[in-house]
Amino acid sequence: MNVRKAKYGWVWSIFFSLLSVAWVFPILLVIVNSFKKKVYISRKPFELPTGKMFVELENYLRGIEKIQFFDALKNSLFITVCSVAVIILCTSMCAWYISRVKSAFSTGMYYLCLFSMIVPFQMVMFTLSKLANMLHLYNPIGIILVYLGFGAGLSVFMFCGFVRGIPLEIEEAAMIDGCTPIQTFFRVVFPILKPTCITVAILQAMWIWNDYLLPYLVLDIKRYKTIPIAIQYLRGGYGSVDMGAMMAMLVLAIIPIVIFYIFCQKYIIEGVVAGAVKG
Amino acid sequence: MQKSLKRYFPIFAFPTLAAFTIGFFIPFVMGIYLSFCKFTTVTDARFIGFGNYLKILSDRTFLHSLWYTAAFTVVSMALINVLAFTVAMLLTKGIRGTNAFRTVFFMPNLIGGIVLGYIWQLLLNGILANFQKTLTYNSAYGFWGLVVLMCWQQIGYMMIIYISGIQNVPGELIEAAKIDGAKPAQILFHVTIPMVMPSITICTFLTLTNGFKLFDQNLALTNGEPSSMSELLALNIFNTFYGRTGYEGVGQAKAVVFFLLVALIAIIQTRLTRTKEVQH
Repeated sequence: MNVRKAKYGWVWSIFFSLLSVAWVFPILLVIVNSFKKKVYISRKPFELPTGKMFVELENYLRGIEKIQFFDALKNSLFITVCSVAVIILCTSMCAWYISRVKSAFSTGMYYLCLFSMIVPFQMVMFTLSKLANMLHLYNPIGIILVYLGFGAGLSVFMFCGFVRGIPLEIEEAAMIDGCTPIQTFFRVVFPILKPTCITVAILQAMWIWNDYLLPYLVLDIKRYKTIPIAIQYLRGGYGSVDMGAMMAMLVLAIIPIVIFYIFCQKYIIEGVVAGAVKG
Repeated sequence: MQKSLKRYFPIFAFPTLAAFTIGFFIPFVMGIYLSFCKFTTVTDARFIGFGNYLKILSDRTFLHSLWYTAAFTVVSMALINVLAFTVAMLLTKGIRGTNAFRTVFFMPNLIGGIVLGYIWQLLLNGILANFQKTLTYNSAYGFWGLVVLMCWQQIGYMMIIYISGIQNVPGELIEAAKIDGAKPAQILFHVTIPMVMPSITICTFLTLTNGFKLFDQNLALTNGEPSSMSELLALNIFNTFYGRTGYEGVGQAKAVVFFLLVALIAIIQTRLTRTKEVQH
């Protein structure tokens, strides 16, 4: 059996190499088209931008100006980084509290978090956007609170699962040595929770960075656009879409993700596996 | 310890509790209440009982999108899981370059739904142009377009989960089956698959709920065209809320039905696959 596998191994390697090329083809196609004059994009999407089709960086410059790409990038970065940081900090503290303090509140909170994970966003989208509006949460700082609230379910659930595995003795020892609960948490518990923090951070970051509907409904989108909102905005009303600018902006939207992926690949894949097992 | 920790409630639990109340609990409860009301904003709600729910029954677009979504979810779930499992099986056999292939297959997952939708719109419209058609020619094109898109996005993710499941199957078990004379197909169906059942539970759960709740990709790829025929449930609800004034109550009632369906699917699915898991 093992001998036969080795014999045909190279066939599979070639097969998967070809499949990998096919897999990245859609992205390559967008990159190629982002250098094409816009009228040729829908007409000849599979041709290389040669001769009069090639427009250098024209599409990029026009697209960046049209949707204020760098403002959107700034907003997306700010909202994602801050929300993830706040979610990690607050939900890990909350999860520790509800795992260690046995009360009706703890049990209730735990089951509510579990429950909130299966509620689709459409169920709360209208009321949530109205409530956020009433409370003036329609700016990049306010939306962090909304993300903390809507993302709390999954994070609290995952942290709880992990906190249960930490032996109580370690914490009690710290308390007897004179640590306050805050010191105990940050010096003893939080360092142990680090792997779960990475998992939660990756799952939440993937969601928040790519989220379209929640920021679209909650933010004051005339002033603050995130990248998905800015791209959807390019489509505009019913008229024809500026395909050149669209392709260029798609490329710019993908680049930060690919860079992030290349550097954090190991953590992302481990995070996904760990998240799936806990979920 | 419990006692001293309890005094720290405002620091440890309050921020999350407050945000959870604002971001989830109040909107959820209000959402259920409003589904029984007629309203345009939250403040002018007037209780009308089951009126909104009755209107759903006569809403052709909703019923169409319900079947469309159900079909889409089942087809994409089956395809994604079978393909992801197959790839995972092959990539755990020690083929040269496995890590590189894994990296490539997983990548589309990190790209957001809106961006994905436009990427595939370009590619699929480019192919269909050879036949003088576009994605919005009829709802079947939109359907298969979405299926292909979802496969491209999710196979990598599910493959990663299956790979970790397959790697956890103890080698002795496979060896023992081989010594007992089991054929490769028998090993697959009687050893490997039962052993990776937890992964199958997770992956079918994820693909089912992802498919059912799909919104961004649908919005970007076809936006429900032609004339709402390729509209999935989530988009249908969104359009009822924000596309027709006076229908906010109906939209909210649809959202409640949608939530109940998602919850029902989640419960039934986990029950079904959990019973097939083996303990070891």
